[in-house]
Amino acid sequence: MNRLYNKKFIDKSITFLMIIFLYVIITLFDKNVSSLLRGLLVQFCVYSIMAVSLNLVVGISGELSLGHVGFMCIGAFVSAGFTTYMRSVLNVESIFIFIISIFLGAFVTAVFGFIVGIPVLRLKGDYLAIVTLAFGEIIKNILNAIYLGFDSKGVHVSLKNELQLGLESDGYTLIKGPLGITSIPHYSNFLIGVILLLIVIFIIYNIIDQRTGRAIMALRDNRIAGESIGLNVTKYKLIAFTISSAFAGVAGVLYAHNYNNLAATGAKFGYNMSIMVLVFVVLGGMGNIRGSIISAVILTLLPEALRSLQDYRMLMYAVVLIAVMIFTNAPAAINFRKNLKFGKGKLKDER
Amino acid sequence: MKYIIYLVNGISLGSVYAIIALGYTMVYGIAKMLNFAHGDVIMIGGYICFLFMSKLSFNPYISVLIAAIGCMIVGVLIERIAYKPLRGANSLAVLITAIGVSYFLQNMALLIFGPNDKIFTSVIPNYPLNLFDGQLKISLESIVTIIVGIIVMILLTLFINKTKIGVAMLAVSEDKGASTLMGINVNKTIALTFAIGSFLAGIAGVLLCSAYPRLTFTTGAMPGIKAFVAAVIGGIGSIPGAFIGGILLGVLEIVSKAYMSAQLADSIVFSTLIIMLLVKPQGLLGKLNREKV
Repeated sequence: MNRLYNKKFIDKSITFLMIIFLYVIITLFDKNVSSLLRGLLVQFCVYSIMAVSLNLVVGISGELSLGHVGFMCIGAFVSAGFTTYMRSVLNVESIFIFIISIFLGAFVTAVFGFIVGIPVLRLKGDYLAIVTLAFGEIIKNILNAIYLGFDSKGVHVSLKNELQLGLESDGYTLIKGPLGITSIPHYSNFLIGVILLLIVIFIIYNIIDQRTGRAIMALRDNRIAGESIGLNVTKYKLIAFTISSAFAGVAGVLYAHNYNNLAATGAKFGYNMSIMVLVFVVLGGMGNIRGSIISAVILTLLPEALRSLQDYRMLMYAVVLIAVMIFTNAPAAINFRKNLKFGKGKLKDER
Repeated sequence: MKYIIYLVNGISLGSVYAIIALGYTMVYGIAKMLNFAHGDVIMIGGYICFLFMSKLSFNPYISVLIAAIGCMIVGVLIERIAYKPLRGANSLAVLITAIGVSYFLQNMALLIFGPNDKIFTSVIPNYPLNLFDGQLKISLESIVTIIVGIIVMILLTLFINKTKIGVAMLAVSEDKGASTLMGINVNKTIALTFAIGSFLAGIAGVLLCSAYPRLTFTTGAMPGIKAFVAAVIGGIGSIPGAFIGGILLGVLEIVSKAYMSAQLADSIVFSTLIIMLLVKPQGLLGKLNREKV
C-alpha cells in the first residue's frame, strides 16, 4: 500500500515539476524567446487547462463531450463582461477584480454544466456527445446575436440590434452582437496562466485519488457493477462533468483577458475547436493528465512552427485520431500487443 | 396563405432530414454506433454530383445515380477501414473514431475542391407551381423532394420487412449472437446497412444542394447533426420514427426562421432535443431497452 502511494506521489510530482521547470526555463531565457513563442505562452496554459478538464470527462468519467469550447465561451464572456463593466463604468481596475472574475466565470460555467448534465447523464449511451455538441452551437449562436447594455434604468437586452436596446444617452453597450465585447482589460500573463494550471491540476489529482474519483472511474469501467455496490451513476457523472465545465470556464477567463476583443466566432469557439481539444486528450492518453498537457503544448506550438504544412494539419489530426483509436482499442491490436509481451498476457486466458 | 408555403418548405426540408436520419437510425440500430461521418457523406454526394453534372456535363439524373453509388462505396470503405477493426471495443473509442472519420472527409474535400463555395445547379428544373391565382407559389423542388422522401420511406419499409436480407438486418439489430447462430453473416449485414445508409445520404446530398446551392466542405456537418437530432426525437433505431422526427424538425426549423429569428433557428432546434431528452428520452417511437447483466 505504502509503495503504491509513493509511486502515485512521484508521478504527480513529476507533472508539477515539469510545468514549473518549463516556466523557469522560459522566464530565464525571456530575452531569447521569439515574439512568436511569447504570443503563445498564455495559449499554452489555456489549452492545457482545456485538455486537462476535458480529460476529466473523457478519460476519467468515460463520457464524450463535444461542446467543451462552449463552456470556455461562457466563462470568457461572463468574466470579460464583468471586468470590462468594472473598468468602463465604475473605473475599477485591479488584480482583485480579475480574481473575482475567475471565480465568477467558473461558477457560472459550472451552473451551465450542471443544467446541461442533469437531463443527459441520466441516460445511457452516446447522448452526452450530441447534446454537448448542440449546446456549444446554441451558446455560439446566442452570443453572436445578443446585445446587452446598461444605463441608469438598469440592464437592457436585445436579440435584434443595438438601437433596440433603447439606451439613454449615458448608456453603455457591453456586448455588441457579432462584435462581442471590446476593450477588455489585459490581465492575463504567463505567470497567472501557470498558477491557474497548477491549481487546476492539483484539484483534479485530488479528485482522482479520493473516493469520488475512484467511484467515477469504477462507473466508467463497469456501470452495472458500480451501481450494484450502491454508487449513484448520475451523481458521480454529474460531479465530473460540472467540475470539468467549471475548469473550462477558468480557461475561458484566462483566454478572454489575453486579448482586447472577444467575439464568439466559429474559428475560436466552434465545433472544430472542441475537436482540437479532444485530439489533445486522445493523443496525450485518455485519463493521463500529464499527457494532456504535453500534447496540448506541442500541438499548439506545432502549427505555428510548421506554417508550410498548414493545409495538411487538420487532415493529419484526423488520421492520427483514427490511428490512435484503432491501435489502442481494436481487439485485434490489443491481442497483437499482448503477444509481443511474452509471458505477461499469454498465461491468462481472456474470458 | 404564407403559412402554407412555410409548411410545404418545412416538410420538404424535413424530408431531406428524414432521408439522412434513416441512415443514422439504421446504423445505430444494427451496429449500435453513432456514425458521426454520416453528415459528411452527404457532402461527398453533393460534390460528386456537382463534378459530373457541372464539370463533365453528364445528364443530371445519371449524375444523381453516380453520386449515390459513389457515396455507397465511400460508406462501405469507411466501415471496412475505420469501424470494423473496432467492433467489440468500447463505445467511446468508436465514437472518437467516427469523429476522426468525419474530420478526415471534411479536410479531404477541402484539399481536393478548395475552400471556395461551389454553386450547385439544381437537378430539378426550376418551375414554380402557381395555385389560387398566383397567391400560392410552390417550387417544383419542394414537391419532388417530398415525393422522393415518401418513396424512399415506402421502399425501405418494404425492403426491411419483406426481403430475406431485410429480416436478417432486423435480426442482427435484435441480437447479434443469436443471429450468427441462425446462419446470418453479421459482418456482411452491417456492411450492407452502411451501403444502404450511404446510398440514401447521396440522394439526400443532391436534394439538399438543390434547395441550398452553396456547396462547401462543411455543407454536410450541420444537416447531419440536425438529422441525428431528428433520429433521436423520433426514437433512435426506429425507421418510421426517423421519418416523423425529420419532418417535425424541418417544419420547426422553417417556421422558427420565418416567425421568430433566423439567427436563433438552430438554437431552437437544438433546444427541442434537450427538452425531448428530459421528457421522453427514448423518443417518440423508440423502445426503452432494459440492460441485462
